[in-house]
Amino acid sequence: MKKMGDMLLRKEPFEEIVIGNTALVRAMVESGTRVVSSYPGSPTPEIAIAIRSIPEDQRPFYFEFSTNEKVATEVAYGAAVNGHLSTVFFKSVGLNVASDTLVQLSLVNIIGGMVVVLGDDPGANSSQNEQDNRHFARMSYTPVLEPASPAEVYMYYKAAVMLSQKHHMPVILRLTTHVCHAKEKVAFAGLQTKSFDDTPRFDVRNGPYIPLTTEVFAMKRQALRNLDAVAKYAEQTELNRIVDHGNADLGIITMGLPFLSLMDVLESVETKPDILKLGVVHPVPRGLIRKFVARHKEVKILEELDDILEQEVKRIAYDAGLSTRIVGKNDVEDWVGEYTADKVYHVMAGTWPELLPSKLAKVDQGEGIPARPAQLCPGCGHRSAFFAIKKALSSTDITVADIGCHTLGYLPPYEMGELLMCMGASPGMGSGLSLFNDSRKVVAFMGDSTFFHAGLPGIVNAVFNRHNITLILMENGTTAMTGHQDHPATGRNFNDVTEKVPVRSVLEGLGVQNIYEVDTYQQEKLTVLVKKAVDDDLFSVVIARHPCMLKFTREQRRKKGYRAKRVDIDQGICDRNHACVGAFGCPTFKRNIDGSVEINTDLCIGDGSCIQTCPTEAISPFKPLTRVRQ
Amino acid sequence: MNEFNTYLIGVGGQGIGMLSEILIRAADYAGHRVKAVDTHGLAQRGGTVVSHLRLGDRVYSPMVPKGQAHLVVALERHEALRGLDTAAKEGGDLVYYDTVWQPLGERLGHDEPAGNSLVQEQCKRRGIQCHRVHDPGLDDPRMQNVVVLSEIGRHGLIPGVTHDHYRSAMQDLLTGPLLEKNMALYDSHNA
Repeated sequence: MKKMGDMLLRKEPFEEIVIGNTALVRAMVESGTRVVSSYPGSPTPEIAIAIRSIPEDQRPFYFEFSTNEKVATEVAYGAAVNGHLSTVFFKSVGLNVASDTLVQLSLVNIIGGMVVVLGDDPGANSSQNEQDNRHFARMSYTPVLEPASPAEVYMYYKAAVMLSQKHHMPVILRLTTHVCHAKEKVAFAGLQTKSFDDTPRFDVRNGPYIPLTTEVFAMKRQALRNLDAVAKYAEQTELNRIVDHGNADLGIITMGLPFLSLMDVLESVETKPDILKLGVVHPVPRGLIRKFVARHKEVKILEELDDILEQEVKRIAYDAGLSTRIVGKNDVEDWVGEYTADKVYHVMAGTWPELLPSKLAKVDQGEGIPARPAQLCPGCGHRSAFFAIKKALSSTDITVADIGCHTLGYLPPYEMGELLMCMGASPGMGSGLSLFNDSRKVVAFMGDSTFFHAGLPGIVNAVFNRHNITLILMENGTTAMTGHQDHPATGRNFNDVTEKVPVRSVLEGLGVQNIYEVDTYQQEKLTVLVKKAVDDDLFSVVIARHPCMLKFTREQRRKKGYRAKRVDIDQGICDRNHACVGAFGCPTFKRNIDGSVEINTDLCIGDGSCIQTCPTEAISPFKPLTRVRQ
Repeated sequence: MNEFNTYLIGVGGQGIGMLSEILIRAADYAGHRVKAVDTHGLAQRGGTVVSHLRLGDRVYSPMVPKGQAHLVVALERHEALRGLDTAAKEGGDLVYYDTVWQPLGERLGHDEPAGNSLVQEQCKRRGIQCHRVHDPGLDDPRMQNVVVLSEIGRHGLIPGVTHDHYRSAMQDLLTGPLLEKNMALYDSHNA
């Protein structure tokens, strides 16, 4: 078997099939990156999986999952001003959390170099929006490199390191979901043995590091000069390249994954437009763009999400007095969704209809096939929680969700968590919903990793300003949705055993007076406690706890002597009231056409949380029949 | 070869990631240029998961355009229907493992169950060769993907990729008793 950890440390050059996230880690190792930090979020957690594949004693850098993206950015920054090459990575909306720190980075002299790896998510595959983070780059004077494939991820990270170390400025490596997760064969260079000088090199003389009014203008001028230097680099680097089809009429400027989609679409086109594919997307190479625009009659800006490049190109053309027709976004649809080949076909057909062959194949969109939304796993403690909490509330009460697996409670049959915003927002939103409201109780949900990430300010605010809401902390002992990363209450960090920061102690320390605790499998008790909590006339918290059963079951399966368990339905007792399949809704239950209910033995883990939901007591743990010898 | 697209579809937890990893490595052993992408993250929690695999010298993006899959591989009956609808190219192949993980609507009694005849009708209407596979003797549902793999190998459904390529790919990814079990299952379906 090939081992990822061996591959990432291999000395001699080699080729391997990898995803973009893995290619990135090899680039970190080759570049001598010394400190890496993150907060988990799709599409980036596989970067940490690759890092974990390298045994800690052989790992050439320090890695941590920090409590949130802002802290992670600060850890990477602190290391970099001490002289270490550092990298922080997180998902698209993580940058909103990190932004307070990020906008300052270009103002300071980052002597070790620092790369910010962003996992943006056009198409909102696993995010609450599809925000275009190039806006942040412009606001913060930070260069952006944007690879289109795993091979480019590997190459561009090294370029980002070179730029960052040369100009002592942060550089953003902007990945998107299907670049992070794309797989292809990448040719890797050999690994030079690096010796690190770990002398702490922080020195105020490298500063200023204090951005007060007297210093801010000078710092800003330096940031802009650094950006100018990168713009000069952008003019000559091979990261920006032209696919020359000798077309004097039509040209297209694009970047990232949309470039690959475009190449697919143009495969069946005879007279192909020329393409300028940008790798340095901020600051753009103005001269290169000017020349490209000037030698075509029409230029299309093929740009996913917002019209940032379009504005740049039009400005360049205006300044140069060019008469080329420049076509950017045509309508709202051009702003929406991921630029897959199908999408690019439509965008291009709206621009140059005569260029493309008539649409390849008519495709049904899976209409009429029952949808299969993501759902809580068999045995999930959140299912028991929602089932029990629903009984405690009136149908007019307001339930507020937060980010995490429990967000899935909004689906039927629970329909719990009717609003969702972003990490840690539920107590704040809930507090607002409780104002001038004596008739509808407000219940907010929050997971345990979110509690530490961004939950605390909203909770303190509820205590401080005496908001009368109930917070239900869905504590499953892990960061489940992103792949079971540890958090401060688990007693482990990425590298080692550590002191637990128990959720209850934190709440007590914050001055929360009413705290109730229960395992969610004790459904009746949970119902009683939630009723009590919502009747309290002050802020109260219910810690609804059960370990993540996906994680737990995986761990059990690895143990020696593991025996699979499941439940069974006594068809003689079952009166087809459907509490199990309808109201409790574990995916293990299967409803037959005749109304009978069966167990899907592929799915059931035998946790037994369903047993108490059956009014006729037809469900019981499965006992294999004992063979009786004749 | 210019282009050969495979679209894999199933439910989170069925082992689609391992199957797609075996296919891409086998295709690489067969000398094809390969591009692929899996869905990760949220979708894994019991939702539909999809994996794209593209082979050939004239492919660029890792994602199979709609209606352009020469081969659709499904690990569940409803997902076979979804894969046919969204991805299958006329005249191609469908391999599906005939198990049912009821979607939410069916469990709540809102949607009609999908029968096998629906899959067959769809395939017939669109000139797609239908391969239904099912192994009633399988004790571990997580090995259904290998039964599907055997069917792909047995009929040579991916051009140029042979049994040896699939075996080499499995050796890259598995070890010990797990490798032996999966290899034995693969071979037993090809005996």
